Amino acid sequence: MTTFDPYAPSRDTTEGTVYSVTGGDWDSLVQEIGSTKEERVVVNMGPQHPSTHGVLRLVLELEGETVTEARCGIGYLHTGIEKNMEYRSWTQGTTFVTRMDYLGPLFNETAYCLAVEKLLGITNDVPERASVIRVMMMELNRISSHMVALGTGALELGAISPMFFAFREREIVLDIFEMISGLRMNMAYVRPGGVQQDLPAGAIPKIRDAVKLMRKNFKDNTTLLVGNSIWMKRTQGIGYLDLAGCTTLGITGPVLRSTGLPWDLRKVQPYCGYENYEFDVITADTCDVYGRFLIRMNELEQSLRIVEQALDKLEKLEGAPVMVADKKIAWPAQLAVGGDGMGNSLDHIREIMGTSMESLIHHFKLVTEGFHVPAGQVYAAIESPRGELGAHIVSDGGTRPYRMHFREPSFNNLQATSAMSEGGMIADIIGAVASIDPVMGGVDR
Amino acid sequence: MTDQGMFGARGTGDTSGYGGLVRTAASTGSSERPYGSYFDEVADDLERAYPLFSEAIERVVVDRGELTLHVKRDKLVEVSMILRDTLKFEMCMGVSGVHYPADSGRELHAVYPLLSITNNRRIRLEVSVPDSDAHIPSLVEVWAGNNWHERETFDMFGIIFDGHPGLTRILMPDDWQGHPQRKDYSLGGIPVEYKGATTPPPSERRNYK
Repeated sequence: MTTFDPYAPSRDTTEGTVYSVTGGDWDSLVQEIGSTKEERVVVNMGPQHPSTHGVLRLVLELEGETVTEARCGIGYLHTGIEKNMEYRSWTQGTTFVTRMDYLGPLFNETAYCLAVEKLLGITNDVPERASVIRVMMMELNRISSHMVALGTGALELGAISPMFFAFREREIVLDIFEMISGLRMNMAYVRPGGVQQDLPAGAIPKIRDAVKLMRKNFKDNTTLLVGNSIWMKRTQGIGYLDLAGCTTLGITGPVLRSTGLPWDLRKVQPYCGYENYEFDVITADTCDVYGRFLIRMNELEQSLRIVEQALDKLEKLEGAPVMVADKKIAWPAQLAVGGDGMGNSLDHIREIMGTSMESLIHHFKLVTEGFHVPAGQVYAAIESPRGELGAHIVSDGGTRPYRMHFREPSFNNLQATSAMSEGGMIADIIGAVASIDPVMGGVDR
Repeated sequence: MTDQGMFGARGTGDTSGYGGLVRTAASTGSSERPYGSYFDEVADDLERAYPLFSEAIERVVVDRGELTLHVKRDKLVEVSMILRDTLKFEMCMGVSGVHYPADSGRELHAVYPLLSITNNRRIRLEVSVPDSDAHIPSLVEVWAGNNWHERETFDMFGIIFDGHPGLTRILMPDDWQGHPQRKDYSLGGIPVEYKGATTPPPSERRNYK
């Protein structure tokens, strides 16, 4: 390089010349590379990059435009959630886990709570209404999560309109979450023993309207993308990973189902009463990005079916409890959504502050100290939008977890990046990573 | 690393009022046959397929409807191969480390949840090693997906997985000191340096004792 270029300064190292591209102008870099005889280029992509699906760093070795090696660098979003939870009570844990995979907060909470309930031995004592609400919330969450996967995946491949439609639908779901829990994301709504509070009045008709609206709206994205020749050229035969690759890499979720294997924990190892719902496990047999895209599109309709069945069940269970009867576990605060979000209900505050000292003591003990969980270890797994989300929890009998570990599907599935993209074109890595749909909050925890 | 954790918490930070009492995680004893569910069948199949069963499996624990096989570390790869190929546990759902500082001679545990798609079954393998010799053979050759999970367990607990193709830190920075999820690594902070100014960690800024 003869003159200093503010867009692509270079320096020589033992590994060769290193260029730092900071501006949007790649022309000078391309010119510079064109003048060298070396065909092999190592490109560092991310962690701050609009196409890497979050703070994911990809280190790519290229021969021309062909990727010869792809490696992931992760850990940029590590927040020590597992360690922190060892210092918080079992109930406080839900506020931590909900922030891991931030697109599927209800799945994190449910996996955690199912594990805690298994440790407590109260799996069968969780009221039916609570389980039905969990299922309904999870399926709505699956829709919003798949919407982000489809919208950002399409955006990363250069299609902007699908993202607008996808985020429009996601907004409908987030509004429902806000109505029910007071929060749009990270709601800590599912609690050990049940859910934090019952549905507000008038929720069921509103959700029914939303389901109708979403069913109508989904067609916009379907007509845009399914069978779209540009979309198919960018996704068909890309990111290939067959069944043997999936099993050895421990891949689950839509990527596994795109190999034709109908493996869905909701069907094969039901939890929260999923055996009582009618729905189909969607598969594809193409093992590619297009297959995974079709699976996500069709799972939206299945989720809507489950939500409708859940709403029917909820109408029959009107007034039933949403928390275990055991007052040693159930959170004493009677929460309510007020004008400024969720908090203790005024009636409850009046009772503990004004009339019953025992209630105040009970409330104080349970909220500050928490409940004891018998010693032992369990593993509870659920089908999150990205695959098997497992919670491995060890208790020493105390009021706080002894060890928490989450088997995050994003973390595990991201390992397939190399297998999916090596030997392909650099532009196809984006599609392959988007089809894994990693959420870096979950990967790094 | 600070001596005292954030918010004045020590150990697990159990605030149940018995401050002087130290609770140690007790290991559950082995279970007796019949184990119930499909667990007897799994144990029988493994015994048939693996003649060294009684030598390799230290304990069999059935608790809360889950089967745990405590495997000796030098037999871990052999047992895993048989579980994968003969008993059809096609998938390993990763590794979770657990640190029991009070369990002398077996301080570090590695827990492997296995999944059989063919038979729709789950079991768990557990290996325990002393802190002074924290080596466990890597299972990346058996289940390639364990690669990142073993790196994470190394990163967080300092367990060295022998035979791993590239055992480096994965979540923490490469030059990090210590293994954060061990029990002797207290919750706290490190000073943050930004544009020349240094901010002390929260554990030194405030004390909630």
